Amino acid sequence: MKRPLLITTGTMALAGLAFVLVNTLPGCRPTTTQTVVTGDAASKVYVKPGTHDEFYNMVSGGFSGQLAVYGLPSGRLLREVPVFSVDPETGYGYSEETKGMLMTSHGFIPWDDSHHPELSQTNGVPDGKWCFINGNNTPRIALIDLGTFRTHSIIEIPNSAGNHSSPFTTGNSEYVVAGTRFSVPMGDDAQRDVPISSYKETFKGTVSFIHPEPETGKMSIAFQIVTPAVDFDLSHAGKGPSEGWFFFSCYNTEQAYSLLEVNASQRDKDFIMAVNWKMAEQLAKEGKGKRVPGKHYSNWWNDKTHSSETTVIDDVLQLDPKEHPGLLYFMPCPKSPHGCDVDPTGKYIVGSGKLAALIPVFSFEKMQKAIAGNEVEGDFAGIPVLKYESVLHGEVKKPGLGPLHTEFDANGNAYTSFFVSSEIVKWNVEKLEVVDRVPTYYSIGHLCVPGGDSKQPWGKYVIAYNKITKDRYLPTGPELTQSAQLYSIDGDKMELLLDFPTTGEPHYAQAIPADLVKPREVKFFKIEENQHPYVAKGEKEARVERNGNEVHVWMTSIRSHFAPDNIEGVKLGDEVYFHVTNLEQDWDVPHGFAIKGAANAELLIMPGETQTLKWVPTRVGVWPMYCTDFCSALHQEMQGYVRVSPANSTVPLKGETVSVDAGV
Amino acid sequence: MRLHPLSRVLLALAALALGLNLAMPIWRIDLIAPQYPEGLFLQIFHDRFAGDIDKINGLNHYIGMAHIKDEMFPEFGIMRYAFYLLIAWGLFTAVVGRRGVLLSWLFAIAAFIIWAVWDMYVWGYKYGHELDPRAAIKVEGMAYQPPLIGHKQLLNFDAWSTPDVGGWALFICSALATIIFVVEWRRAHRAVRSA
Repeated sequence: MKRPLLITTGTMALAGLAFVLVNTLPGCRPTTTQTVVTGDAASKVYVKPGTHDEFYNMVSGGFSGQLAVYGLPSGRLLREVPVFSVDPETGYGYSEETKGMLMTSHGFIPWDDSHHPELSQTNGVPDGKWCFINGNNTPRIALIDLGTFRTHSIIEIPNSAGNHSSPFTTGNSEYVVAGTRFSVPMGDDAQRDVPISSYKETFKGTVSFIHPEPETGKMSIAFQIVTPAVDFDLSHAGKGPSEGWFFFSCYNTEQAYSLLEVNASQRDKDFIMAVNWKMAEQLAKEGKGKRVPGKHYSNWWNDKTHSSETTVIDDVLQLDPKEHPGLLYFMPCPKSPHGCDVDPTGKYIVGSGKLAALIPVFSFEKMQKAIAGNEVEGDFAGIPVLKYESVLHGEVKKPGLGPLHTEFDANGNAYTSFFVSSEIVKWNVEKLEVVDRVPTYYSIGHLCVPGGDSKQPWGKYVIAYNKITKDRYLPTGPELTQSAQLYSIDGDKMELLLDFPTTGEPHYAQAIPADLVKPREVKFFKIEENQHPYVAKGEKEARVERNGNEVHVWMTSIRSHFAPDNIEGVKLGDEVYFHVTNLEQDWDVPHGFAIKGAANAELLIMPGETQTLKWVPTRVGVWPMYCTDFCSALHQEMQGYVRVSPANSTVPLKGETVSVDAGV
Repeated sequence: MRLHPLSRVLLALAALALGLNLAMPIWRIDLIAPQYPEGLFLQIFHDRFAGDIDKINGLNHYIGMAHIKDEMFPEFGIMRYAFYLLIAWGLFTAVVGRRGVLLSWLFAIAAFIIWAVWDMYVWGYKYGHELDPRAAIKVEGMAYQPPLIGHKQLLNFDAWSTPDVGGWALFICSALATIIFVVEWRRAHRAVRSA
């Protein structure tokens, strides 16, 4: 009887052991994805204290509406340039001079959703002069001067809604484009007040070509091409052999106007629209266009008056491609193309169908042949659709899932981001073969190779701009930091070097060697060139004047006092304008200006500059004002008072700076 | 010849251990991908799903997989009776202590496992193959049938299908009952030989 007992006990023990094992087994499965960072990654991104980064990285601020500037390879945030959104830190959009920058046909719009920075180019290569960026919501394009890293010009785009396909540039920045994401009805009020369900009949798309004046950076709309109603997504100019053409990806060729998630994902192919912009330019010159209603604002920053100048334009020159065969062609492109990228040789156009499981690459040469040979498969709302097979260079098979954007290096490789499968895939453009892939953490959107959309990529890195951060950083409640990741592309294998947090949601970004930008830097504004109407070019010009209920203060600031710093005779009901001139003539000595109860913001005034803060006192009393930027050892002494008296007061208006020996 | 008292005690314990299936998850499916560092999992109880079912449904709608809902599975309504029956059958075996009854219990368990595995396969096949033709993302030739047991790569997801507590209990109890049967069978034959 003993043996069975032994066996049963043994079985029990075994079963017990098995139970323990199986319950620890789930722990043996991989539950997290480990990233392998090799030992020398740190040294590759280490920028020694006191030395500079190799590249500037201009990164869209997304829903912050701004442009963020980072150094690469360190990933250090250098500056957040206020563009479409007000910035109380600097007074941008709050000071009397800067308010005009944000004026539109809808009035003062203090925010936007900025998506795609694009550096100005000369001969197809970024030149470090300007950076453009689009405002998605209230369609606008801004030009940022890279000498001052300030927004220099903002133009509103009429007949557009959702300025997403923007602001990509031609090879010499003759134009930057703006393709509308939403098609909309256009014309006069009666033509625009239509049922949404009349989409197919009454809605139209537009792509606008905006010309920035090379000397001033003032922008104007050269011409606008009317297109069938679709959603334009992204675009890029041709270069080299394809110079003179522009390519726009478009989705929603289903022409859905509701539940696009489903209704705009039905067709197997949407389009890449090819625009012969040289022809459009010629037509516009010959007066073949038609001026149509399209009220828009063009705002420009004058560095001499330190003020914005606004021009309101009531109409826009439109070209109808149906009247001009040869202006527009559609190329079928699989499944809701997002990115539309032209390789450095200008021979190939890469469409990234964000719902496709392959990447189609189109050949410009074949496109020209298809046009010449009339190889069309039909038309879409009157625009010829070329045959897919006729214009295709080839397809990259099974590259990943959810291709979004493609950038290039100088060695014939493309780098495509895949949102759904969260990876960057490197592939050879000629051979259409996948060469390498790396995961991104997590869910990459855009990516950037320095010079990666130009004729001459500098290469070296690819930066992933991710949509999800999750566990990559210390958690900060439900809202986490946005982030980017830097990969080396020097070797055969891409290598993750660095994670760095970003502000806003980073969409597109561009990078440029620092040496192309650094020599342009403005260190301060020359006081003798200051043409601001309320400038005080020295303390002797500091004064206070009344004009009805407006009190104007010509104020100066220099380390470390304001002149005047005692102001009396202001009455309730007055509007006080502090025109503060920073008299410093040295680099990195801004002064701030703040006054108690200011309902708008503070000012941050650069050396040699004049800025104005409007202040409407609401109570009687003596109110303090002070400098907000630590300017010297006596910064804390840089302060003063404004006395506010009742409306019927007879206190004389005066402003002075009183020295201790004044009374002696 | 009746079963050894110890065998009967163990059989009773094994039958009761099957009861774990009424309270604990039976099976689990894990999905691992770079963008889900914490992992996604789905647990199958005798009467419902648990885990990240909403997240999984959210993901799967891109590729047109059906929205998983408890109501889709009539199995959830009847599985408890199968366990009641197996537990009662096991306790009955322990009480009567007859080898023939034990054998019938083993067959019952085996039949249940075969049915469950077959049911899961059919469900997984339908789920992975019957895709909504209106799905946003269609990958040619791609099906998303989860693995029956073990690992499978589904696009960029590593999918793992493994027993959970209930499944392991079922597995161990049936193994234990089988061993007891073998031991008892040998004991009986030895008794016959020595008689």
